[in-house]
Amino acid sequence: MISPTRTLATARRVLLQLRHDPRTIALMLVVPLALLTLLYWAFHATPGVFDHVGPALLAVFPMTVMFLVTSIATLRERTSGTLERLLAMPLAKADLLLGYALAFGLLAVVQAAAATALAVGLLGLHLTGSAWLLLLFAVLDALLGTALGLFVSAFAASEFQAVQFMPAFVFPQLLLCGLFVPRDRMQAVLSYVSDVLPMSYAVDAMTRVSDTAGFSGDLARDLAVVAGCALAVLALGAATLRRRTR
Amino acid sequence: MMNKSPAPEDAADATPDAAADTAPDAPADTPTRGPADSTSDTTRHAGSTSGTTRRTAESGTTRHGAGSPDHAAVHADGLTVVRGGGTVLDGIGFTVPPGVITGLLGPSGCGKSTLIRALVGAQAGVTGTLVVLGHPAGHPALRPRVGYVTQAPSVYADLTVRQNLDYFATVLNPRATAAERRTGIERALADVDLTAYADRLAGRLSGGQRSRVSLAVALLGTPDLLVLDEPTVGLDPVLRRDLWDLFHRLASERGTTLLVSSHVMDEAERCHRLLLMRDGRLLADDTPDALRARTGADTVEDAFLRLVDRSGTDADRSTREYTR
Repeated sequence: MISPTRTLATARRVLLQLRHDPRTIALMLVVPLALLTLLYWAFHATPGVFDHVGPALLAVFPMTVMFLVTSIATLRERTSGTLERLLAMPLAKADLLLGYALAFGLLAVVQAAAATALAVGLLGLHLTGSAWLLLLFAVLDALLGTALGLFVSAFAASEFQAVQFMPAFVFPQLLLCGLFVPRDRMQAVLSYVSDVLPMSYAVDAMTRVSDTAGFSGDLARDLAVVAGCALAVLALGAATLRRRTR
Repeated sequence: MMNKSPAPEDAADATPDAAADTAPDAPADTPTRGPADSTSDTTRHAGSTSGTTRRTAESGTTRHGAGSPDHAAVHADGLTVVRGGGTVLDGIGFTVPPGVITGLLGPSGCGKSTLIRALVGAQAGVTGTLVVLGHPAGHPALRPRVGYVTQAPSVYADLTVRQNLDYFATVLNPRATAAERRTGIERALADVDLTAYADRLAGRLSGGQRSRVSLAVALLGTPDLLVLDEPTVGLDPVLRRDLWDLFHRLASERGTTLLVSSHVMDEAERCHRLLLMRDGRLLADDTPDALRARTGADTVEDAFLRLVDRSGTDADRSTREYTR
């Protein structure tokens, strides 16, 4: 059912749409860099904090940005009637989903590469592990964000709602991912909740890569959780794409 | 979802020699009202009796007869759509012959769009028989063969016209070479007279131009059946005429079957056959000539009114009307 040509054409189409919207691309790429710099500056007087928070943010940015962009893009696809048109054509749902994942994944590579280069190269983020692993996880986090965005867009009837899903879906994960309070020092209930939220593993992985060299078993588990969540949510997203609607 | 769509059994043996009695022809714009048709006197609520389709088909056997269901491009029987607790389509039965233009006319909110969405397999909650080109509506085999133009233009506003067409052309036929695709795109652009605007962003075009881009997308794969939901809304008279000329060319030159919905009754005169709808029911399934003849009306609009008046005097009809 899946056709590589259709999948690639969809990815190309999504990227072409973005190319006609250079401001969005600029925002996607520049805002994380600006925030990283701001953070570096803010904690300049307290050494060690940037080394702790920086890697976590390298996980949070791609996920949040792609979540937002995908949920709006998919919502527009639904409201403009192009989704109905596509689903009336010989296009597999997987073609559409993978096309989106491919396009935003590509964008995530660029975004993550720029953010990693800035953090490690210019801002002196202490990195023990491989920058490639940092990049790999950034892309996986972006794909997770894309999958989540695709999924929740099905429950948004307007752009207003879609934007509100960001604080609803992403902020709790942000609060409990270990960025503000270490996960093992949380209250038991919160710690359990934190254990089932995918962003916790994304942030754990980034921290591990920056702290330790090599590819540990813990890192492999983080990778499996983030990638598994992305795939599972993508499958849930596919279930929300109905050829027949009310 | 899919399991609600009608069974394909009655159309499995559809033969391709369908066009025998339904040769594509010029628009029925010359009022040659045949007295033979005036024998069909009562308005029939399609689907309310089992013989409906057959009987309505008889009344239009002159030039663009509906023919037998086996040869039909679309055949519906007892087609019902329930949505949000309400019945949007109420046991509709009709037959759309191949290679001609069938107009789907009725006031806003009468269920035209729902019928069209059921036809292309986009509508949930469909029961009854609905066979399209020999397959149950929504069957995957139909997706490359049915062109569908939604009421609101469904194209990407942030792509150029050509980029839109290129993407949809690839989705329709991923095996086509770049050159074949380009040829198809140029033809579709020429069909809707937008060649000069090919490299404009769709979002920068006027509403009428954008709906023609949407139409061009539907023309890409040379569909056997083209379903158009109010394609001429908001267009100036010249463009409207051009589009109708295009529809007639598609039917006569490419053998395309067209189902065109409109709430503007004067467009009825440009159709070979008409389905008149009101309030989720079918008032008539006939040629414009036969319709005027049997109602004694001068225009289709007048015929529509007379049919509504007559149906209003039916006991069951009036009960239904007033208990709403």
